[in-house]
Amino acid sequence: MTNSIAEVVDADVVLVLGSNTTEAHPVIGAQIRQAVKRGAKLVVAEPREIPLVEDAHIFLKIKPGTNIALLNGLMHVIISEGLYDRDYVENRTEGFEDLWEVVQDYPPEKVAEICGVDVEDLKEAARLYAQADKAPIFYAMGVTQHSTGTAGVMSISNLALLCGKVGKYGCGVNPLRGQNNVQGACDMGCLPGDYTGYQKVANPEARAKFERAWGVKLPEKPGLTVTEAVKAIEDGRVRCLFVMGENPLLSDPNLNHTEEAFRKLDLLIVQDIFLTETAELAHVVLPAACFAEKEGTFTNTERRVQRIRRAVSPPGEARTDWEILDELMRRLGYENNLGSPEETLREIASLTPSYGGFSFQRLDREQPQWPCPTPDHPGTPILHVGRFSRGERALFKPAHYVPPAEQPDEEYPLLLTTGRILYHYHTRTMTGRNAELNRIAGRSFVEINPADAERLGLQQGARVKVKSRRGEVVVDAVVTDRVDEGVIFIPFHFADGAANRLTNDALDPIAKIPEYKVCAARVERC
Amino acid sequence: MLKLTIDGRPVEVSEGTTILEACQFLGIEIPTLCHLEQLKAEGSCRMCVVEVEGVKNLQVSCATPCWDGMVVQTKSERVVSFRRLILELLLANHDTDCFNCPATGRCKLYQYAMEYGVEGSRFVRFKEHHPKDESSEFFNYDPSKCILCRRCVRVCNDLQVNHTLSLKNRGPDTWVGLPFDKLFKDSNCVSCGNCVSVCPTGALTAKAAKSFRIWEVTKTRTTCPYCGVGCQMDLLVKNGEVVGVEPAHGRANPGILCVKGKWAYHFINHPDRLKTPLIRKDGQLQPVSWDEALDYVVEGIKKIKEESGPDAIAGFSSARVTNEENYLFMKMMRAVVGTNNVDHCARL
Amino acid sequence: MEETRVVLDKAGEFLPTSARAYEAVGGYTGLRKALADPDQIVEIIKASGLRGRGGAGFPTGLKMSFTKAAAADHKYVVCNADEGEPGTNKDRVIMEEVPHRLIEGMIIAALAVGADQGYIYLRAEYPHVKKVLEKALEDARQHGFLGTDILGSGFAFDIQLFIGAGAYVCGEETALLDSLEGKRGEPRVKPPYPGVAGLWGKPTLVNNVETLANLPAIMEHGPKWYRRLGTERFPGTKLFTLSGNITNPGVYEFPVGVTIRQLFEEVGGGCPNGKRLYAIQTGGASGNIIPASLLDTPLDPESCDGVGATFGAGDLMFMDETCCLLDVLENLTEFFVKESCGKCCPCREGNPQLLHLVRKFRHGTAQEGDLDLLVELGKAMTVGCLCGLGQMAPNPILSVVRFFPQVFAVNNAYAREVS
Repeated sequence: MTNSIAEVVDADVVLVLGSNTTEAHPVIGAQIRQAVKRGAKLVVAEPREIPLVEDAHIFLKIKPGTNIALLNGLMHVIISEGLYDRDYVENRTEGFEDLWEVVQDYPPEKVAEICGVDVEDLKEAARLYAQADKAPIFYAMGVTQHSTGTAGVMSISNLALLCGKVGKYGCGVNPLRGQNNVQGACDMGCLPGDYTGYQKVANPEARAKFERAWGVKLPEKPGLTVTEAVKAIEDGRVRCLFVMGENPLLSDPNLNHTEEAFRKLDLLIVQDIFLTETAELAHVVLPAACFAEKEGTFTNTERRVQRIRRAVSPPGEARTDWEILDELMRRLGYENNLGSPEETLREIASLTPSYGGFSFQRLDREQPQWPCPTPDHPGTPILHVGRFSRGERALFKPAHYVPPAEQPDEEYPLLLTTGRILYHYHTRTMTGRNAELNRIAGRSFVEINPADAERLGLQQGARVKVKSRRGEVVVDAVVTDRVDEGVIFIPFHFADGAANRLTNDALDPIAKIPEYKVCAARVERC
Repeated sequence: MLKLTIDGRPVEVSEGTTILEACQFLGIEIPTLCHLEQLKAEGSCRMCVVEVEGVKNLQVSCATPCWDGMVVQTKSERVVSFRRLILELLLANHDTDCFNCPATGRCKLYQYAMEYGVEGSRFVRFKEHHPKDESSEFFNYDPSKCILCRRCVRVCNDLQVNHTLSLKNRGPDTWVGLPFDKLFKDSNCVSCGNCVSVCPTGALTAKAAKSFRIWEVTKTRTTCPYCGVGCQMDLLVKNGEVVGVEPAHGRANPGILCVKGKWAYHFINHPDRLKTPLIRKDGQLQPVSWDEALDYVVEGIKKIKEESGPDAIAGFSSARVTNEENYLFMKMMRAVVGTNNVDHCARL
Repeated sequence: MEETRVVLDKAGEFLPTSARAYEAVGGYTGLRKALADPDQIVEIIKASGLRGRGGAGFPTGLKMSFTKAAAADHKYVVCNADEGEPGTNKDRVIMEEVPHRLIEGMIIAALAVGADQGYIYLRAEYPHVKKVLEKALEDARQHGFLGTDILGSGFAFDIQLFIGAGAYVCGEETALLDSLEGKRGEPRVKPPYPGVAGLWGKPTLVNNVETLANLPAIMEHGPKWYRRLGTERFPGTKLFTLSGNITNPGVYEFPVGVTIRQLFEEVGGGCPNGKRLYAIQTGGASGNIIPASLLDTPLDPESCDGVGATFGAGDLMFMDETCCLLDVLENLTEFFVKESCGKCCPCREGNPQLLHLVRKFRHGTAQEGDLDLLVELGKAMTVGCLCGLGQMAPNPILSVVRFFPQVFAVNNAYAREVS
């Protein structure tokens, strides 16, 4: 997030795009609702009638995969009605002409047609956003999990820049990260091409710095992403996979294909707290400690670094991931080991400018947001104030709307989209252990519009088969107009009825994110 | 800055400070039942009253701003006897079967009654309490324990903004209920449990709350392990087991949690947890010692590295573990294994 | 004794709902003067010494100055016409007889504080008044007294009529505002006061009907003229409601400071059927009950306070010798039990306990200590409840304990009092 969560309570207009906030990030959802209660206007753009729609002043029920068309349409209205921030565009951005070059192809009437929304609603949403003083944009996987995800994110930035809403209190471009420490994992350099704090592997200076600090020669070639790695395993290029605290065999797209690939591995090491679907395939499984059993830090979606603390001991012989990795490194011949998580953070701070001001001691007292380069730096609640990472001016990166990689056809006439529900988390390794949650939401389901249900002769609650080109699952039918005709929704939490047996592994060319949010599917009676 | 005197002690505070805040600054305990620091003071329970020199009526410290030269008494005879009377009025209609109450030990009514020496009430019981609602998966509601402090209603409507709980009827018939007298399980309740977290008595209690008394647990401040919001919370631990979770006031969470943060902690002590390393032998995963497992991993990695080079090895780190562990994993892959094949499921 | 009419001046002599008819008898002159120099209004009202007629007697000019000084994009003037106090009907008479005087007063008040919208919060039990006000407001709009350009001055102000839902507590100004916002009518904790943060959180001047209806005359004739009536500390006239055991019940306008005896004997004509006067409830249902021996008390807040009477909104309920005060107290306390909003603990939980104790005396089952408890609880409520309702509810009881202690003689109360 460029801005801080708490700012939303002061907003005048809140724009939520591709985020089922009250279910996936409930405590932020609640704060958006506080803002609405206080008088803010809420605009929601989503393919489903998510709970937040109840609070929305404008609901744009867009067809799955049409975010970029929508954003271009909003910008078209804002530019043609002269509502953009001229001063800001002139002084703090470049590429406005290029932006108009693309955006002019998206008059509201055309966009309303592409997205399946009312043209007046679209115009009103554009005006509300542009004219508001404090207007944050919140988005999540509904924007990113597309083959055009990167372009979607850039289009959101374009919109915010156009209206002078980057680097300003109560505004910003605010992605909501799905997992407790996904921000931290990225910050810590668990990315094929980045060391900590996004220092590039390809940058010789950065490499030299880490080589000096770690006392070893480091590889130059950027590595493989998760999805590329799975393809490399299939090809036999990768023979050993070490999976720590993940369950790709439920969370990856096109699961059947991933499972086949994993079976080809010569060595699959899985380190986890439960015997997950992935662990069941492993050659060796290492029992790890959970968050309540160890010391360390998480970085939340607003870049705030916060402590976790040991409250109980790990069960049986389980050890913390830190202890396991420390011991493995020793046995693999590395000798400059660190003494503790606390000492590890010290090394992180010494090598990572944005984390330079963090230590356990300080984090016990206050929890600043990075960039926080020194121990006396207050942290950075708002990014890009007065200056962007690339310099004084931000660059518009306009993008054309490209339909999702897979379109409905006669064989697979429906658009399948996936997402989360309130009562479960990810692959349910944790929430699935709560009998109460399972009683409230224990089985996978597919949401289907009454018109489609009638055509297929489906009753509420019927067991149905949902098929795509990659697989099929059997789930309960929930007949509801939360989804439009021609659209179906399946949550991705459940192993039995796993949405990802159906989803498409078409990738975004830059971020390599799979297109979880749209694929073509078919529903059949069982 | 404003200068005032509280219980004879001088104190300086900034404009807009309430008497309650000034007392907290001085370490003077003021009893409160309805106060919620995240929300505007409501002044309904009247427990926090104090005497202000020159003002006829008692003043609620939660809502009264300090002024220059103010002289405040927080424990005068008038104040104490008023608080006693409030407790007596509440106790008159409160089910005082404290032995059977899950809130025993943390009940504020009980605590204040002890503190103010109120052993019973001179007033009569006049209320017919509404029936209990035990339909929620996570908590019970017992109106006979409710003292109408309205904290649950305000949390539900003003912080969670879910509008499940509301005040029904008026005057002495007022009670906290759901629209159309629905049960929790049939309502729009999202089980965030924030009402339970703020209940000062045994009216709203976790179903699991009977398994411990508050004095038996230790609290550990930590960060929620679920989504990316990073809510701050306290783990309640009894005999080495997590038995409950309370929201803390984090920068990202104004003293509230969601259904997962509040209730989905059972995985920690779950019997399915992995307790020993496992190695696949004869097609089955079998328990082994740490030494055997670690050697197995090290040998395997060394062999493949020798045969196919370091890039034949890939590592998926985790968006679930700590920064320090992610760092160590990344360092291991790059500096020790010698490959940049390290990623995690940020995209999933 | 002749009435002195300021608020009710010319009432009955013209068609109440007609703006033109009101103008013909001198109406809207105060407004025209106010429009000439709006900035002076607050000073003029301050100089007049006008105090609120709703019961609390707060200086109106001072109240106005808070709202005037508060900066905001919108400000409101709210007329409290939720005349819920049993035994009070003065606002009804004003609204029925001279509705344009109220409208004129509201426009002057809006002009004074810079408000752009007004509301009249009318109690639901006055359906006939609703019709009168609707007609009068429409007529005022048609004749340019309300709207976007009042009398060509460029000043914009309009008034919306809002009907309450029957809660006594909504006469309390902050509960009234909550009700107006569509919420449960419950008093808010103060500060902030409505003058600074009222309706929808905006600066709001809330005044009683009678207070607002005094503004036109003050603007027309000036503060000096106004001050010649009433007392030094409470200038002007007051509408008094006489009810109960009295020959000529009704609403009468007299200068503040008139004695109870003057109203009882010369206006009210004494108790009917030659009965002897026993007690007077002053200031409405939540006011003090005083004995007939205090008949010579002048009706102004200071004199009333001095003897233990209540000035309030100028209500006098006369009770003759056949009246049982325990019956009266039971009835009044039942009323407060029913009308408590339930927000603050001592009022919600305390009133039913007061009622229980009063009934014990009423039924002759009271025991040693009950009177002490009754007084202890009543006194605590007067200093510790959130709003005026809870603070005033024990007044009748406490005043009877003071002036008629024999009523509470244990176990024998009923019999003793009747004899």
